[in-house]
Amino acid sequence: MTAFFAKRIGMLFFIMLVVSFLVFLTFEFSPIDLARSVLGQFATEAQLAVYRAEHCLEWPFLERYLAWLGVVPDCKGEINGILQGYFGYSYQFRADVDVFVWDRLGNSAILALTAFAIIAPLSIVLGVLAGMREGSWFDRAISLFSTITTSVPEFGTGAILLTIFVVWLNVLPGTTPLEESGGWSIASQLVLPVTTLTAYYLGYLVRMVRASMVEVMARPYVRTAILKGLSFREVVVKHAMRNALITPFTAILLQLNFLFTSVVVVEAVFGFPGFGRMLVEAALRSDVSTVEAASLFAVLVVVTSQIAGDFAYMILNPRIRFS
Amino acid sequence: MSANAIPRQTARRAVWPGWLAGVQRLGESPVGMVGAGLVLFWCLAAIFAPWLAPYDPNANHFDVGPVAPPSAAYWLGTDDQGRDILSRIIFGSRIVLTIAPLATLCAYVVGCVIGLLAGYYRGWVDTVLMQVCNIILSFPVLILYVIIMVKFGPSAINIIAAVTFVASPQVARLVRSQTLELREREYVAAAKMRGESAWYIMLIEILPNARGPLIVDACLRTGYTAITIGTLGFLGVGLRPPDPDWGGMIRDTYGFLLGGDVHMALAPAFALSSLVVGFSLLADGLREVSMRD
Repeated sequence: MTAFFAKRIGMLFFIMLVVSFLVFLTFEFSPIDLARSVLGQFATEAQLAVYRAEHCLEWPFLERYLAWLGVVPDCKGEINGILQGYFGYSYQFRADVDVFVWDRLGNSAILALTAFAIIAPLSIVLGVLAGMREGSWFDRAISLFSTITTSVPEFGTGAILLTIFVVWLNVLPGTTPLEESGGWSIASQLVLPVTTLTAYYLGYLVRMVRASMVEVMARPYVRTAILKGLSFREVVVKHAMRNALITPFTAILLQLNFLFTSVVVVEAVFGFPGFGRMLVEAALRSDVSTVEAASLFAVLVVVTSQIAGDFAYMILNPRIRFS
Repeated sequence: MSANAIPRQTARRAVWPGWLAGVQRLGESPVGMVGAGLVLFWCLAAIFAPWLAPYDPNANHFDVGPVAPPSAAYWLGTDDQGRDILSRIIFGSRIVLTIAPLATLCAYVVGCVIGLLAGYYRGWVDTVLMQVCNIILSFPVLILYVIIMVKFGPSAINIIAAVTFVASPQVARLVRSQTLELREREYVAAAKMRGESAWYIMLIEILPNARGPLIVDACLRTGYTAITIGTLGFLGVGLRPPDPDWGGMIRDTYGFLLGGDVHMALAPAFALSSLVVGFSLLADGLREVSMRD
C-alpha cells in the first residue's frame, strides 16, 4: 500500500511538471507583446528593450521555462524559481505572485468549503431518503429536482437568484467584495454565491448517493435484515447506509475537479475576489506566472483529493484493501 | 459463408431491434418524453430559425429604444443595443445545437478509439493510454478551456477541439470499462475464431453492444457541452460578437440585472437551461427504459 501511494505521489509531481510545461508552452503562442501591453502603446523601442531585458523576455523559450522552474539561473544569473518557492512576477498585478495569490486562494477556499459543508450532509440525507424507497413519489421528486438544478448553469442560477433576492425582494446583496460595504455583512454576501454553488453541485451528488443506495437496498443482506424483523429505519441506517456511502464518498473527492469550474464561474457572477477570477483575468492578459501558480495549485488540490479518494476507498472497502 | 452467418447475426440482432425498441419505449418514461420534447423544440427552432425569428438577430431597433421591456412587437424585449432578444435566442440555438453535438461527436470518436484500444489490447497499450488520460483528467477543466480559448482564439473549431481534448479521456474510460467486459463474450470469441481483424471485432462486435451506457452518456454530455459553450461565452472567452451566442448574451446584459432590467439576461439563461434540462431528462428517460430490460 505504501508503494502504491508513493507511486501516486510521484505521479502527482510528474503531472504538475507536465502541466506547468504545457501552460508555459501555450503562452508562447500568445499574439500579445508582453512588454508593449505592460508599458502601453506610447512606449519607445528603447523602453521596451529595457523592460524585456529586465524581465528576461528575450531569452529562448526552454531556458526561460527552466529558469522559471529554478533549475538553471535566469538571465540575471540568479537561481530563483518555483523549486525555490518563488512563483514569479505577475505582469498584470505588477507584483510578485505570492504577494496576492494566498489572499485569493483563501477567499476561494472560504467559498468552496462553505458550500461543501452544506452539500455533503444535504446530499447524503436527500440521496438516502430518495434511494431507500426506489420509485416512491419522494424518490421521483428528488431525482427530478436534482436533474434540473444540475442542468441549470451557474450563471443561470445566479441570474435567477439575483432577480428574485436582489432586484425584487432586495433582501440580499448582489455582489460579494468580501468587505463590509453598503450595509451588508460578509455573511449575507456569501449567501447567494454559496447557494448557487450548492444548487449546481448538490444534484450530482444526490443522484450518486441515490443510485448507490438503490443498489444496496436490493442486496440479499438487506433483505435478510428486513426478514429478520428489524425496523426499516434500523435497516437503512445500520445496514444499507454504511455500504451505500462508500462510492459517493470517493466520488465527491474525485469530482473536485468540477467544483473548481463552478467556483470560477460563481466568482465571475458575483464579483468574488477569488482565485478563479484572478485566473481568467491573468489568462486574458498573458500573465503566465499567475496562471502557472493557479494551475499548479488546482492540479495539486485535484490530484491530492484523488489520492485521498483512493485511500478512503481502501479504508472503507476491506475487499480492496486486502486483495 | 453459412458458418459465418450465425455469430454475425447474433451480434447484429442485438443492435437494431434493441435500439429501435429503445426509441419506441421511451414513451414509457414521462420524464424522458418531456426531455425529448424540449430537445426537439430547440432543434426545430434551430432548423426553422429564419422563418420563426420575427427580426434579424443583429438589427438594432432604436425606435423602441435600447433595453425595451417585453411588448407585443418584441415578445422578449430588446437588449442594450436595441436588438430583438427573441430573434437572438432563436438564432442562438443554431450555434449551440451545431457546436455541442459536433464537439460531443468528436470527443466520442477519439474516446471510443482510445477506450477500445486500451480495453481490447490491455497490457502496455492500456497502461500508456490510461496514464495519458489520467493526466488530462487531473487538469482542472475550466483552466484548460480558458487557456485554449485565450491562446488559440475564440472560434467554433477551437471550442470543438477543446471539448474533444477534455472530454475524450472521460469517454475513453467509459468505453474501456465496457470493452473489458464485452471482450470476454462468446460472439467476440466467435469472431476471433473466424479470423476477423481486431478493428472489425472492436467496431462491429464490441462497440455496438456497448451502446446503451454510451447513448445515455452522450446525451448528458451534449447538454454539459452546451453549458461549457455558455460558460465560455459568459466568461468572455467564447464566440465573438455579434453572433447571438447565449452565454455571451447573458454576459453582455448581466450588468443591467441589478438595475432592474432582468429580461435581457433571464431570457437566454432560461433558453440554455431548458435545453440542458431537456438533454438531462432525455438521458434519464433512456436510462430508465434500458434498466427495465
